[in-house]
Amino acid sequence: MAEKFKELAIIIRQEEIADNIYSMWLRTEQIAQYAKAGQFVSLYCNDGSRLMPRPISICEIDKGDGAIRIVYRVAGEGTKEFSVLHTGEQLEVVGPLGNGFPQKSRRAFLIGGGIGIPPMLELAKELNCEKKIVLGFKDELFLVEEFKRHGEVYIATEDGSVGTEGNVLDAIRVNGLTADIIYACGPTPMLRALKDYAIEKELECWISMEERMACGIGACLACVCKSTNKDSHTNVKNKRICKEGPVFRAREVEFE
Amino acid sequence: MNTKVIIAGVTFNNPIMTASGTFGSGAEYSDFVNLNRLGAVVTKGVANVPWEGNPTPRVAEVYGGMLNAVGLQNPGIDLFIERDIPFLKHYDTKLIVNVCGKTAEDYCEVVERLADQPVDMLEINISCPNVKEGGIAFGQDPKAVEAITREVKKHARQPVIMKLSPNVTDITEMARAAEAGGADALSLINTLTGMKIDVHRRKFLLANKTGGLSGPAIHPIAVRMVYQVAQVTELPIIGMGGVMNAEDAIELMLAGATAVSVGTANFTNPAVTAEIVDGIEEYMAEQGLWDINEIIGAVE
Repeated sequence: MAEKFKELAIIIRQEEIADNIYSMWLRTEQIAQYAKAGQFVSLYCNDGSRLMPRPISICEIDKGDGAIRIVYRVAGEGTKEFSVLHTGEQLEVVGPLGNGFPQKSRRAFLIGGGIGIPPMLELAKELNCEKKIVLGFKDELFLVEEFKRHGEVYIATEDGSVGTEGNVLDAIRVNGLTADIIYACGPTPMLRALKDYAIEKELECWISMEERMACGIGACLACVCKSTNKDSHTNVKNKRICKEGPVFRAREVEFE
Repeated sequence: MNTKVIIAGVTFNNPIMTASGTFGSGAEYSDFVNLNRLGAVVTKGVANVPWEGNPTPRVAEVYGGMLNAVGLQNPGIDLFIERDIPFLKHYDTKLIVNVCGKTAEDYCEVVERLADQPVDMLEINISCPNVKEGGIAFGQDPKAVEAITREVKKHARQPVIMKLSPNVTDITEMARAAEAGGADALSLINTLTGMKIDVHRRKFLLANKTGGLSGPAIHPIAVRMVYQVAQVTELPIIGMGGVMNAEDAIELMLAGATAVSVGTANFTNPAVTAEIVDGIEEYMAEQGLWDINEIIGAVE
């Protein structure tokens, strides 16, 4: 059975690293011991009027220090509540949740788009192979310097202010990049395009999906995605993103 | 101290259960809760065949509550019997299977399949607001409630609980209809139909547009309806609706519920059900209460 824990985490430090994007280190002894790249945690609000946990991907894991880092965007009242917490304050956390990325020793594309970029950082740290890291931003950059320690970094921005103007696939084409396997996390249009790209290039492709969740542990069936084949748990062509995912083989996922 | 309660001849170790649809069949929550601590696990609705459910997004948060429109996705009765029932039989808790269907025949088929299974009770969902056919269509007309209850009772080996909708003008009419149809107990309330719109994008937050409202926002409605129904029927009531802690559960019991289901609170705290059981024991100790049955309907 997968090891999952409910912990009262203590905030080690927090800072705003870009407009509305926050980086928080949390002391979570048990979660940190078992977590791996591509998994997520559920953060619970201290305000009792907000009932649902916020699923946030793990950006970095420090097993020695019993800590995890999350990098998240303030998207509503819940994440706003987290963003004003200070060092020493506490937050209920459940994790590690989901499956995480499979790790293979092949020339890899690590592709992140927007707030899908953070989980690729821990993967970049854990993967021991040739890595081409392709990051897509709207305009303002974040985490780029940290990625550079783990591989070659290529940037795409929608406004063309840095790197290639356009999306991550534009950056791949403009720079003539190649790899044998894709790991990706980002908005649905990006994942859909990468699925098609991987089929065209005959590449193994793993994508991390997102959907609004309730329980976060596989019970409520809120966060499903359509799957190519019947799922053995749900017995229909739906997979639970929080449990069988969030990382899927791209060709297992049917985009609508 | 006695925390045991009895419903239709079935004895529960304590009055705390899980509300259908929020707890799966318990496997996922067993990482956080000792299922032996629960009075019963009420499983997610199961139909005669697998259902895919609604498109996503299926959930949205609202102030003090949440909307869901999962649409009764379920693996169908075959896999449920093969996998979920054997899992739950490892625990010292009662098993109540929630049954859903699109037609009376669907409900009866599931009920018949469960006849020789080690299941303690059946809860018949005639109140899901999120599916077009079946579900609530059976639950908003007293004649239909009575007819489906009578039909299910003909096929059922286990005691039958009818789960009532709050989306009606007068829930006591539906309670009386279920009683007339031969129900052994009542569950109330299911969710209230709601809607949420994203004002920035001018879009519905749920793909289904409407969804069932649950959570503490609906708790006072549940208390009121349990109280009203308790005044007009002799049937035991399983109360539910926004129970977040032991006090909320006790409130429903004082209003007339024999047992209480905990739903949305599982999402806010996966260990909440066992904590509520502890909280009820603490309340009994504080109040010098020896038997939990003394508080059922004891509001003055």
